[in-house]
Amino acid sequence: MHRFDLLLAGLLFGLGLTVSGMVNPAKVLNFFDVFGHWDPSLALVMAAALLVTAVGYRIAWRRGRPVCAAAFDLPPRRAVDARLVSGAAVFGVGWGLAGFCPGGVLPALASGQSAPWVFFTALVTGMCIARAVDRLRSEDKRHG
Amino acid sequence: MGETSFTPGAALLGGAAIGAAAVLLMFTRGRVLGASGLVAGVLFPATRAEAAWRAVLLLAAVLALPLWTWVSGTAPPIEAPQSPGRLVLGGLLVGLGVSWGGGCPSGHGVCGLARAALRSLVAVAVFLSSAVLTVTVTRHVFGG
Repeated sequence: MHRFDLLLAGLLFGLGLTVSGMVNPAKVLNFFDVFGHWDPSLALVMAAALLVTAVGYRIAWRRGRPVCAAAFDLPPRRAVDARLVSGAAVFGVGWGLAGFCPGGVLPALASGQSAPWVFFTALVTGMCIARAVDRLRSEDKRHG
Repeated sequence: MGETSFTPGAALLGGAAIGAAAVLLMFTRGRVLGASGLVAGVLFPATRAEAAWRAVLLLAAVLALPLWTWVSGTAPPIEAPQSPGRLVLGGLLVGLGVSWGGGCPSGHGVCGLARAALRSLVAVAVFLSSAVLTVTVTRHVFGG
């Protein structure tokens, strides 16, 4: 299948984010504005995506192995810890300030506006800072 | 930023497309579809092949917007916050948050919940509450 499946998955992902309004910070922020101009659309986006995925995953897993790989490669199930909770809380503050998330900003990058690029550059910077901090910490542990 | 209207049809259709993308990637490659994981995999690749498949998928997601604009004849609305400071701070926090929280709405909210992962349920509950709190404080307490 070469890379046709990846192109198709990326296009479907991007079209879904575009059509649903996840690319539009105004719509995302109004979803969070429960005590103001509440726009509940994004609840339906998540519900539809979750339903299709939950059913589709089970059908895919029944085959025993993926079409183009030797085995399913799923993230390991780890315990809920302080890192997860604090990370998600910080994520929510950023999402509530800018209205973009890492998925929604992707198609918006091709809109010709500068705002998605400003957000995306800061997003990548944040990910690099987090990685650098983690590396320093693990070195401290080794030496100390 | 102004009001946006409730768009249940587009929300369900877009959400279903996001779900279809996640199912396709599981079916062919055996991988979960998380936007922040894709970006991290390109930024800090384990191998060239690991970066390459993610880059193809990301690029296709970006190109979905011009494709949709061409097919539908209208550009989708994208109304981002005016303040660059808000976009930069939001992007940094989202970048730090996904690194510590291990994922974003597509990874935790769609793929993780579809796998019934407790970590993802906690992450989604925390980042949604945190985003609602952030928008409530910035819009209704400080009136921004």
